[in-house]
Amino acid sequence: MSAADAPTIVELSADDVLRARTEAVAKAGVGRKADHLLEVRGLSTHFFTPDGVVQAVDDVSFDVGYGETLGLVGESGCGKSVTALSIARLVPDPPGKIVKGSILFDGIDVLKLNPDDMRKLRGKEIGFIFQDPLTSLNPTLTIGYQIGEAIRQHMGLSEKATQDRTIELLSKVGIPRAKERLKDYPFQFSGGMRQRVMIAIALSCDPKLILADEPTTALDVTIQAQILELIQTLSSEFGTAVLMITHDLGIAAGMCDRVNVMYAGRIVETGTVDELFEEPRMPYAWGLLDSLPRIDDIRGDRLRTIEGLPPLLIKPADACRFNPRCVYARDVCREKEPELTGRGPTGHMARCWATEPEGWIA
Amino acid sequence: MATETLRGGIAKPRPSASLWRDAFGRLRKNKLAMVGLVLVGFVGFIAIFGSILAPYNYQDQDLTAVVANKGQPLPPLTGGHILGTDQIGRDLLSRLMDGARISMSVAIVVQIVVICIGVPIGAMAGWFGGRTDNILMRFTDVMYAFPDLLFIILLTVVFKQTPFGQAMDGLLLVFVAIGLTTWVTVGRLVRGQMLALKETEFVEAARAIGVSDRKIVTRHLLPNGIGPIIVAITLGIPAAILAEATLAYIGIGVQAPRASWGSLINDGQAVIRSSPWLTFFPAVCIAVALISFTFVGDGLRDALDPKLKGKQ
Repeated sequence: MSAADAPTIVELSADDVLRARTEAVAKAGVGRKADHLLEVRGLSTHFFTPDGVVQAVDDVSFDVGYGETLGLVGESGCGKSVTALSIARLVPDPPGKIVKGSILFDGIDVLKLNPDDMRKLRGKEIGFIFQDPLTSLNPTLTIGYQIGEAIRQHMGLSEKATQDRTIELLSKVGIPRAKERLKDYPFQFSGGMRQRVMIAIALSCDPKLILADEPTTALDVTIQAQILELIQTLSSEFGTAVLMITHDLGIAAGMCDRVNVMYAGRIVETGTVDELFEEPRMPYAWGLLDSLPRIDDIRGDRLRTIEGLPPLLIKPADACRFNPRCVYARDVCREKEPELTGRGPTGHMARCWATEPEGWIA
Repeated sequence: MATETLRGGIAKPRPSASLWRDAFGRLRKNKLAMVGLVLVGFVGFIAIFGSILAPYNYQDQDLTAVVANKGQPLPPLTGGHILGTDQIGRDLLSRLMDGARISMSVAIVVQIVVICIGVPIGAMAGWFGGRTDNILMRFTDVMYAFPDLLFIILLTVVFKQTPFGQAMDGLLLVFVAIGLTTWVTVGRLVRGQMLALKETEFVEAARAIGVSDRKIVTRHLLPNGIGPIIVAITLGIPAAILAEATLAYIGIGVQAPRASWGSLINDGQAVIRSSPWLTFFPAVCIAVALISFTFVGDGLRDALDPKLKGKQ
C-alpha cells in the first residue's frame, strides 16, 4: 500500500471510541419507536430448489439494539448471509422465500411493506456492505455517481449538495484528494479503497443499521484491519447499528458487543463477546474457537478443524443439527432438537442438551 | 521508450481513461476500421450535401445529348456527364449521390427501429425472466422464423395507400418494414446481456441501496452490455442497406423518379450488354458502403472487447 493510499482517519484511542459510542448510542436512541432497532422473530427463509426445500434460515430470532454491533458468526452455508438478505428483503425470489416470522425494523414490519416502501428503506435506513468490493461496484459508472446514487434516490438534495456530500463521505472513509477522485472509475481504485467506497455508499444516507456481509473476506489482512477500524469508527460516530456477518471469530471478538453463533440455519448460541469467548456453552462454538490458529502453535502441526461438513438443509430431522460432528453427542441429541435456553443470569443462551443444567457437561 | 520514462524521474499519474477512451484508442490503431470510418464519413457527407454538390438534379433529363447519341445512354466522361447517363439522359453521378442519401437513411432509420423494438423487448425479457421472458422470446422466435421478404412485401402492400406508406417517397414504410424483421438479433443479444449482468454483484448492491428496477436496467445494465449491442447495430447497417437494395431491385420501396442504388441496378440491367456502367457504378457504391460499415463494425467489436484490452 503506497503512502497515497493510507487512510487519513484520525487515530482514536479506545476511550475516545467508547465515549463517542456511548454518546452516539444515546443519540441513536432518541425518537426510537421500539425497544430494539431490529427485532427478528422466528424468521424462516427457504429455497425451493428442484432437489427439495432448503431451509437455509430456520426459526431465527434475535435483536439488534440502537447503535449496537451484533456479530453473526458461523462457517460457510449456515445461513448468515441469507439472514442479512432477508432483513433487507433481497433474497432472490425465486427460488428463495421468507416463509415465516417477522422482522421489525425501528417499529416497522419489514415483511409487510410493499416493494416501493421497501425500496425507500433500503439504502436510506439500512445500508449494506458486500463481501467483494471488486465486483460490487459497477465498472462503467464513476465512483462519484455510485456514491451519490443513494443520496439522489433518497434524500432529494440538489445536484450540488449531493456532490458536496459525496466528497465529504469519500474523505470520511479515508480517500485522499476526494474531490478529484469522484470522476474516477472503480478500476482505478485498489481493493481496499473500493471497500472504503462501499462503506461510503452504505453510510451515504445516515442509515440506522448497516448489514456488513463479510466486509473484509476479500481483502488482505492489513487492509482488513483498516476497514474494520473504519467501520467501527464511523458507526460509533454516526450511532449506526451494525450487523457484522463473519466467519472470523477474531473480527467478532474485536468489533461486536454481542455475538450470535449460527449453525445449519439456526442460532445455536448467543451472548456477549466475553461470555462467548470465555465460556462457550455449545460444542460447535468450542470447535470454532479451537480451530483458530494460535501464535503458540507448533510449526508444521496441522490446523485443528471440526470434522465433517454442515448438513444439507433439506428436511432436517428433529435432532441437534450438529450431532453428527459432535464428539459429545448422546442418544438424546439424535432424537430431539434442543431449544435455545438460558445459560446464566444475562442473555447468554445455547442450544445444546449437554450444557443444559441436567446435561452431561458442566 | 523506457529511457524516456526514466528521464522524467517521477512517473506522471496515469491519465484517467474511461472505457470509451480506451476503446477509441484501440479503434484508432485498427487501420481497416479507420479506412471504413473515413469511407462511412464520406458517404454520409455525400448523403447530406449531395443535392448541393451534384452536377445535375437527379431527375433532370439531358434529352438532346441522348438523341444525339442515337437514343443510347451516354457513356462515362461524355457530354459533361462524369459517369454517363441513363436511357433518358439523367446524370448517373447525380442519381448515385441521391441514392447515397437513401442508403444512409436506411442505415439510420432501420437501426433506430431496431433499437426501439429490440432493446426494450430484450431488456424486459432478460430482466423479468420467467413467464415474461418466455412470452417475449417465443414472439421473437415467430418473428425470426417468418420469411423476411414475404413480411416486408405484405407490409408494403397493405400500407401502400396510407399516408404512412407515402411518407418519404414511400421509403419510411420500407425502412420500418426492414426494421421490423431485423430487430430480432438485437433483441436476443440484449436479453443475453441482461441475463448475464443481472446476476452480478453490483446489481445486487444497487438493489441494496434502493435503486428502482428501471434505473438499474438503464443505468447499470445497459451501459455494461452496450459494447456488443453497438457492434450488432453497426453490423446490422450493411445488412439493412443490402435489404433495401434487394427490395429496390425487385421494385419495392423507393418510387420513381427517385432511385436507390438497388433500383438503379434494376434499371440498368435491361441494357447491361450495351451500357454496363449503369449497373457497374451502383454495384460499386453498394459494395463500398457495405464493406466500410463492416470494417467499422469489426473494428468496434475488437475495440470494445475487454478480453483484448492491452493488446494491440
